[in-house]
Amino acid sequence: MIIQNSPALIPLLLLASAISIPLLAIRKTGIAYVTAAAAAFCAMAISAFNTYRVWESGPITYHFGGWIPPIGIEYVLDPLSAFVTLVVNVVAFVVLCHAGGLKDREITEKATPYYSLVLLLLCGANGMILTGDLFNLYVFLEIFSLAGYGLIGIGEKQAPVASFRYLIMGTIGASFYLLGLGFVYIVTGTLNMADMKTMLPLLYGNPAVTAGLTLIVIGMGIKMALFPLHGWLPDAYTYAPSTSTALIAPIGTKVAAYVILRVLFFVFDVKFVDQTLPVTDLIGWLAAGGILFGSVMAIAQREMKRMLAYSSVAQIGYIGLGIGLANPLGLIGAVLHILNHAFMKGALFLVAANLRKNAGHSDISKLDATYRNRLPWSMAAFTLAALSMIGLPPTAGFFSKWYLALGSIDKGNWVFLVVILLSSLLNAVYFFRVLEKVYLLPPTDPEAGKALPKLARRRAVGQEEYSLMIPTVVLSFSLLLLGLWNANIVKGILQRIIPPGM
Amino acid sequence: MITYKNNPIILLVSRVVSPFIILFALYVIFHGHYSPGGGFQGGTLLAAALILIRLSAGREIAQLQFKSVLGTPLGCLGVLIYFGTGLAAMLAGGEFLDYAFLPFGGLTAAEIRSIGILMVEIGVGLAVMAILVAIYDDLLEGYKYD
Amino acid sequence: MTDILLGHYAYWGIIALLVIGLYGMMFKNNLAKKLIGMTIFQVAIIMFYVASAVKWGATVPILDPAIGAADAAKYISPLQHCLMLTAIVVGVATIGVAFSLVIAIHRRYKTLDESTLLERMKTS
Repeated sequence: MIIQNSPALIPLLLLASAISIPLLAIRKTGIAYVTAAAAAFCAMAISAFNTYRVWESGPITYHFGGWIPPIGIEYVLDPLSAFVTLVVNVVAFVVLCHAGGLKDREITEKATPYYSLVLLLLCGANGMILTGDLFNLYVFLEIFSLAGYGLIGIGEKQAPVASFRYLIMGTIGASFYLLGLGFVYIVTGTLNMADMKTMLPLLYGNPAVTAGLTLIVIGMGIKMALFPLHGWLPDAYTYAPSTSTALIAPIGTKVAAYVILRVLFFVFDVKFVDQTLPVTDLIGWLAAGGILFGSVMAIAQREMKRMLAYSSVAQIGYIGLGIGLANPLGLIGAVLHILNHAFMKGALFLVAANLRKNAGHSDISKLDATYRNRLPWSMAAFTLAALSMIGLPPTAGFFSKWYLALGSIDKGNWVFLVVILLSSLLNAVYFFRVLEKVYLLPPTDPEAGKALPKLARRRAVGQEEYSLMIPTVVLSFSLLLLGLWNANIVKGILQRIIPPGM
Repeated sequence: MITYKNNPIILLVSRVVSPFIILFALYVIFHGHYSPGGGFQGGTLLAAALILIRLSAGREIAQLQFKSVLGTPLGCLGVLIYFGTGLAAMLAGGEFLDYAFLPFGGLTAAEIRSIGILMVEIGVGLAVMAILVAIYDDLLEGYKYD
Repeated sequence: MTDILLGHYAYWGIIALLVIGLYGMMFKNNLAKKLIGMTIFQVAIIMFYVASAVKWGATVPILDPAIGAADAAKYISPLQHCLMLTAIVVGVATIGVAFSLVIAIHRRYKTLDESTLLERMKTS
């Protein structure tokens, strides 16, 4: 049964766990966290199994309710969706392991609804990635978004206002997607992605198709935080609780970028979106602007989570740049950056969470050399993730930028190449600021910087609890592994992702 | 709505009308799979019947009809009924929500699909009713009635 | 020209509702009015789908023994209506979450007016 039904099992399992948490945790609220972690672990295992199956035997489809595709809804496991599901579930599981040790006060008071919302968020994300039906994608998009609004609104001072702004903009985005889908549905008569791909070549001159594609791209651009439409992101990531940010930041914008990838290259023809109606040009130039804007704004920030939020705007720009290039190397760069950025931002936001738990703040101007001893492993993880964001080989971040640069040279677009190189320098500025304060400057307190005696050193590592330290270190040091294994990932999985016609 | 005034006409009419709304809502749910109606529509009517008493008689008296703590658990139970139908179909060999595989003996595939949809609609109706009443209760938590 | 104006009059009405909804979300200062604008916007999209399902001379999609089941052109398309049931439920859930957030904002800042809210957020 598991083998036959495996494409559909991930969203179903997460949904079943999400709705049984309020029933199971009536007496003891501790069960909520355990159920959530167990469900995330099972989702990770099943997505690894799915990736293995797709690698062995090629794309797999699953028809819900036994109805065959143009009539019924189908789930499609092809190399791209299996890969992105694996990334999402692994990062989500590691972040949930970290959440257990964090014991945030606001979350422990409301543990039952909080973990139920977390599982609904993951169910929505996985459903969006796996589905082969455009309206089903809207349903899971809204499940994902509503869970996100709830998770962000629980936080501290300005969180309800930030979540309200995210709600208004996110609803506009999803509604634009629905409107664009309506236009395309009226002229093609089908909602299935594979079926629509066969019908669209007959309709390319039709203004309804143009309007539909534009609205879909703008709608998902709002959810993806593409440059001018990113206004909800800084506040939402800053004021949300640490676990919520660490869950939404690596996953949320990436699934929206995946949807744009899927619609532009796998439903519409590559020649159409690149030459006839140059949507990819628009996305590429907006993304280039976003990279520079995000990097510059991140330099100006004083608080670490806000800096990382603007940095996320810049990194989403890289993925948008890869989509905008519309050639195989650019696509590989974009998908590889989805993988790398999920791990990098996950590690960075977990370090910010550790900093908040240990020191009570995450203000960069207050960092000094004592943090080297208070949080040794977290700062090491931060250093490695920062080097990966800047793009130093052999960490993972270098390779995605390498493929993006190769893609821009291939297309002959030298401006994009300059933007990529310039943004690496800007990334270096705001990350080295933190590293300088922690590792390089002489401490204000002369006792603080010296190497501690052995007993105190052991106590310092113990000050940083193992349950917080291990997930952070796992996410961060796997960046080294991802960088070294990069050739296998590209040859084994990513080369199979290229759509026909590119 | 915040201050409760003792108005006998509204109270009497609400008390008389509310059971009939529930009856009509059940009619709408059970006729959903081959005429206008269905789980969501019937569930909204059920919730309207319960919220009518909450509006006219106040929250404390309305607990006699439907306790507020039952909101979220009943909603989850409704979704679990939906999920359980799909799971039963999956365990019996078909895909998720393939009602023809449900283990009822001696009926044709079309009739079993009809029963499957009915079970799903009942689950949806229960969930919608409980969640709408729970939304109403949560939005008004903390207001004091006179 | 008259063909575009009069032939598609339903869609012009829907565009008017869309614009009114967007205007409400952008230019009104009260948070609750923004939510009303959002609801109008979502309802306009629902009407768009439902308006696209209509056919000339067709009746509601319930099997009528007099007409029979053979001719699909005699019944309007039910698929858009089913899709819009889901969209209505999504709209209800969004409004529920939105009003919970509005109540949380009101409890913390004691105001629902956007300009006052921005001032109080700077000082608090």
